[in-house]
Amino acid sequence: MNWHRMATVLRTDLKQLLQARDFWVPMMALGAIFFLIIPTVLLLAISSIGDVEVVKNVSNALDLLPQQAQQQIQGDSPEARTAYALAVYLFAPVAVVVPLTISTAVGAATIVGERERGTGEFLAHSPADVREIYLGKLAASLIPGYFTTIAGFGAYSLIVNLIVGPQVGGWFFPTPQWWVLMFWVVPPFLAFTLSLVLRLSARVKSTAAAQQASGLVSLPLILVAYSQSSGALFGAAVSGWVTGALAWVIALFSLSRGMKAVSRNRLLGVADES
Amino acid sequence: MTALDRLTLAVPREQITVLLGPNGAGKTTAIRVITGALTPTEGTVSTFGLDPRADGAQVRSRCGVVSAKPALYDRLSGYDNLLYSARLYEVDPQLIEPRIREAAQRFAIEYALGQQVGGYSTGMKTRLALARSVLHRPELLLFDEPTSGLDPESSQAVLDLIRDMTSDGRTVVMCTHLLAEAEGLADHVVVLDQGTDLIAGSPSALTRRYWPGAVVRLEAEHPERLDTIASWDGVIDYVRGDIATVTLDDISRVPDMIRHLVEEEVRLRRVEPHVPTLEDLYFAVRREASP
Repeated sequence: MNWHRMATVLRTDLKQLLQARDFWVPMMALGAIFFLIIPTVLLLAISSIGDVEVVKNVSNALDLLPQQAQQQIQGDSPEARTAYALAVYLFAPVAVVVPLTISTAVGAATIVGERERGTGEFLAHSPADVREIYLGKLAASLIPGYFTTIAGFGAYSLIVNLIVGPQVGGWFFPTPQWWVLMFWVVPPFLAFTLSLVLRLSARVKSTAAAQQASGLVSLPLILVAYSQSSGALFGAAVSGWVTGALAWVIALFSLSRGMKAVSRNRLLGVADES
Repeated sequence: MTALDRLTLAVPREQITVLLGPNGAGKTTAIRVITGALTPTEGTVSTFGLDPRADGAQVRSRCGVVSAKPALYDRLSGYDNLLYSARLYEVDPQLIEPRIREAAQRFAIEYALGQQVGGYSTGMKTRLALARSVLHRPELLLFDEPTSGLDPESSQAVLDLIRDMTSDGRTVVMCTHLLAEAEGLADHVVVLDQGTDLIAGSPSALTRRYWPGAVVRLEAEHPERLDTIASWDGVIDYVRGDIATVTLDDISRVPDMIRHLVEEEVRLRRVEPHVPTLEDLYFAVRREASP
């Protein structure tokens, strides 16, 4: 395993992605919508409409949450408690949807794209090992999604603290569970999904087919990731760590299996020996 | 589907070997097998004395390949394409920049290095692919239809560059189905069909094998009066259409043959010694091979 070559594949794929404005502009827009626009509008609306019936109803609904989660909700007024709950719990899927969407879109095209452009021939004749190519491409698919998420999460934290913070006694976000979610739970979910997507990308005949198939794979995973991440936020402090640990085990197993999906035959687009 | 079948291929060092054959003959597969990009289901491959199956990375790092599609990254600049290759082939980091400049200059693409490859013409892409193939100083260069899609002028320029590459001790294997392209370029020819080699050797040796005598073409005012030649001493073969093609056992018989024809009052319009081309050879081989 030559890490230098792997880094070369990674760097070149990222460079190509940066050149593809038609790709990253919509992706940035997606991140902005989920992390900035929707939370800002919702939180501002809740904070400014005051003590109206709908906010009270939402606040009452919070009583249905697990006891442990209820204890964590801060704020004295209904609107403050509602805004806090929305900020901390409702937007959990955002942290999962955005990286999975971006990374899946990148990953789906990565192997089959090489084949379609004819550049698979160049890679197949190069001294690079297929493991180096696989890991380089995996990282190149993972980084844009995760980077967008971390950047978006930073912006989201700022907005949440500025809008909701004054009502709940100061800056409160990210909560400890959110730190665990972002840096321990989301990465393995992302890696697991990408390992499946890269396998698909190596097997299908066109980028369009890869994207269709990746959508089918990633949608259920988004749901699973959402439920798990929400559970991690609501549950005991240890549940996030446990969810993340399990996700890491599954992801590492899937990554090692996925490595076998990339072969020189598949880069060349000829029938595989297997 | 069997792409290669009982192919025996030996490539002489520091020479240009041309794999000639129609589309689907197995030329591209042969190149892929040489570098170990594809593994044959049977048989043995030895490149630089190494088995590409076991020592693939080592074999491939000593080969430079230009495929039929230039296989370049359109979104990257010409420079970045070369840089990517130099890094993958682990060129010494300190040598990368001068090697890129040198290769780009050699293939006259230096002026466009900063542009995105997507905006290159086909000729520019081929020259960039050629430049990329030599960055790591490979011992063996493998070119798969390197002039496909090029205009005649660009094709000639590319062929000149390929010819130039053997001058510094490199071995070249080139696939083509264009006979005119191989003519004058090939030191060694291998004719392939349906995955197998029909014949191999230097063009002159193969020509001598198929046409051991001298071939002369004759045109006369009354062509039928040339038929008398068929029974003369030293005539191996005589074929008459509008022009008669005579194969003699020795070129020195030509003056006597002309003198006899003049004495018999045959009014000759043209006497032309004929040197068989690679095209003649190719079709002769294919004719012989066909059932």
